Amino acid sequence: MSDKLASHFVAPKAGPAYDHGDKFKVEKLDFFYGKFNALTDISVGIKRHAVTAFIGPSGCGKSTFLRCLNRMNDLIPGTRVEGRITLDGNDVYGPGVDPVDLRRRVGMIFQQPNPFPMSIYDNVAYGPKLHGVRKKSELDGIVEESLKRANVWKEVKDIMGRGGLTLSGGQQQRLCIARVLAVEPEVLLMDEPCSAIDPTSVQKVEDLMAELKDRITIVIVTHNMQQAARVSDYTAFFLQELAGEPAHLIEYDRTATLFTTPKDRRTEDYITGRFG
Amino acid sequence: MQSRERMNKRVTNGIALGVIGLAAIATVGALGTILLYVIINGIGQLTPAFIFTWPHGVNMEGGIWPTIQSTLYVTALAMLITTPIAVLAAVYLAEYAVQGRLVSIIRFAADSLASVPSIVMGLFGLALFVEGIGMGFSVIAAALALSFLLLPIIVRTTEESIRAVPKYIRWGSYGLGASKWQTVSRIVLPSALPRITTGVILAAGRAAGETAVVIYTMGTMINAPVSPLDPGRTMPVHLMLMAQEGINMPAAYGTALLLVLMVLGFNLTARYIGRRNRRMQG
Amino acid sequence: MNDLPQAPAPEPDPTPYAVDSSLSTISKATYFKEAALKNLFLLCACVAVAGVGLIFLFVGLKGWPIFAKVGIWEFLSGAKWYPTKGFFGILPLIVNSLLAMAGALVLGAPLAIGTAVFLSEVASPKVRELVRPAVELLAGIPSVVYGFFGLVLLRPIIAQLFGGLGFGLFTVWIILAVMILPTIAALTEDALRSVPEGIREASYAMGATKWQTIWRVLLPAAKIGIIDAIILGMGRAIGETMAVVMVAGNARVIPDGIFKPFLTLTTVIVMDMPYASGDHRTALFGVAIILFIISMLFVASIRVISRFGKEMS
Repeated sequence: MSDKLASHFVAPKAGPAYDHGDKFKVEKLDFFYGKFNALTDISVGIKRHAVTAFIGPSGCGKSTFLRCLNRMNDLIPGTRVEGRITLDGNDVYGPGVDPVDLRRRVGMIFQQPNPFPMSIYDNVAYGPKLHGVRKKSELDGIVEESLKRANVWKEVKDIMGRGGLTLSGGQQQRLCIARVLAVEPEVLLMDEPCSAIDPTSVQKVEDLMAELKDRITIVIVTHNMQQAARVSDYTAFFLQELAGEPAHLIEYDRTATLFTTPKDRRTEDYITGRFG
Repeated sequence: MQSRERMNKRVTNGIALGVIGLAAIATVGALGTILLYVIINGIGQLTPAFIFTWPHGVNMEGGIWPTIQSTLYVTALAMLITTPIAVLAAVYLAEYAVQGRLVSIIRFAADSLASVPSIVMGLFGLALFVEGIGMGFSVIAAALALSFLLLPIIVRTTEESIRAVPKYIRWGSYGLGASKWQTVSRIVLPSALPRITTGVILAAGRAAGETAVVIYTMGTMINAPVSPLDPGRTMPVHLMLMAQEGINMPAAYGTALLLVLMVLGFNLTARYIGRRNRRMQG
Repeated sequence: MNDLPQAPAPEPDPTPYAVDSSLSTISKATYFKEAALKNLFLLCACVAVAGVGLIFLFVGLKGWPIFAKVGIWEFLSGAKWYPTKGFFGILPLIVNSLLAMAGALVLGAPLAIGTAVFLSEVASPKVRELVRPAVELLAGIPSVVYGFFGLVLLRPIIAQLFGGLGFGLFTVWIILAVMILPTIAALTEDALRSVPEGIREASYAMGATKWQTIWRVLLPAAKIGIIDAIILGMGRAIGETMAVVMVAGNARVIPDGIFKPFLTLTTVIVMDMPYASGDHRTALFGVAIILFIISMLFVASIRVISRFGKEMS
């Protein structure tokens, strides 16, 4: 790993598999789009070095909540947050906190793969270049390692000069993952990353989640319950019970427990497919 | 429905569509007539001598090179002045501006500037640049006056180009920890560049064909300007004077043809860039 | 009611972990840099406002003395424009400008709207590829070339057909109509294209012919955009100088026929400026500021109509 990036932060060491402290702690979060209260009374701890899944019917605010964690909602005019979110104990919305740096540490993958209209190499090198890495040899190293970690290196290593948009959907998404990994985030937020790509790529993405979680905390929003059951250690179930009402966090538990013995009736109804 | 009503419907439809087609034919016909007339009468004039030599004598025999140089000089200078300002203004409107009174005022001002009659702009240039600041009839005075004319045009096309860059591409950049300016300068503007360029080239075509603005700021002296403070006579001005005097009509036709070819050149280049860009974006 | 969701089994609290956990605050340097950039761009955007202000200032100042001397009302409504003799009434010029604009509109707007409808609704893609560039090219032809064309081709023909010299309102109407055609056509086509496709389908599904759909559904739906287009065309027609001066004949009267020469607000400036001095020159600047105000009124009316239209729909 480059010295330049290291000077910006200290990389999390791979910890023992059972060490699951809270990376994020959310306390009584309310979220507003203008006057509309979209989320209310959300309190949860996101465990470090684990995969947490957010499930629930579409439109119930899972993605909105995800975007609160890296302050991407700041980019939407008219939004407001009440309550507290802390990252490693520090208030994410504290006065003077730099959202730009936060977003480097808390990276995001979007539902629709969105590579930049540049070459594959430039896509991955974009992040490190933003943060001051200049030397070609360093960049080459970062690019190669990131593409490897994203499970896509073999497929693109001979076509690095080609445009990112010429790849298939699944390859594009893994390119986007590589792009984020290149800035060495501590957290990876994934907003339905597999909903627009082919099944082989879905498999590859799920594999890399398992590899990455040793060093990175992962949160994934998914409407595919089988996927949530496959990849996550913890699961949170969100629900908006009536249209126009804010969404709540209904239940949060270890994935195995939530899927086999859910504590809330509504969770059970959702999991068994009675609605949503 | 009675079959007679059905017949009427169809007949009306046919006639109406025919009339509409005629309108389109008239439009294309107008263009064709103008172009053909100018080409046929002017083509004989297009010798290298005409393009590269100077006019002499009372009848302006000879060539029109100084007017060509004047036109190119003032167009280039005007584009140089206005493009950076217009692009940055468009960046503000597309990326930073929040709906409010200030933005409304800016947009109203831009629209007003876009619809100023060019003769008013010409007098403005005369009052401020030529006489007020004292530049005299000069390329720079004309270029400055032209920049005000071109500014709203380029702002509009640039703003559209910037807005055309999809939101999720920007979010990809923000999601990596890029600041607003980094995102705009490294992702948004490069993406929008081909369309911005198209807009700039079309504006240049407009600048090259301007008469009323230039006549009051650059004068009518036959001259090949070298310094920005030199006066000169551009091709459109030359054409107007020749046509009004009526002495050397062949030269007038030649000037008209060259001017049309120049503007056509700008137009086609802009179109080519636009098409090539669309193909690359797939 | 939701309890505070926690992982059920008690787990060791996170031991101080080898992570630099403090969140960086926005550095002063970054903050100022971003703010400075934003203000630079704002400044550039305000150049437009400055431009309008400067025009008012310089043209207005140069023209103000004539309003002070003669009185704005006298200036606008006086029926005699003999500046060398001290008469500064621009009413005939205003009337002539309006006449020129009206005729151009009557000729040009239907043609433009028809062409736009053709492009948007009737033409096959291949034909569209031919006609649309033609309209754009028409927009790019310099006004002096239009005037030249009117002078050398149109004027003799009209003189042949209708007698006289061939200068006058009629010739101006034709030239102006062709000039404002691309403006109106482009905007009308935009307006038609932004009508949702579903509306067309609904109309056809009810058994309407294409013309019925266009006339009863599409054109009304695009009404506001079309009105905007027409007003823009009006503004362009009234402000056009070079093309008009070459075919209008430029005599200082309200014409008593459409084949008689006449003078407009724009052409008077071109004709008189070369030799005007003193009050005469000031008066010409006065005409210029009036022209500017007229064009701004057109822009304002487009805004008002658009807002009105939006509230209606």
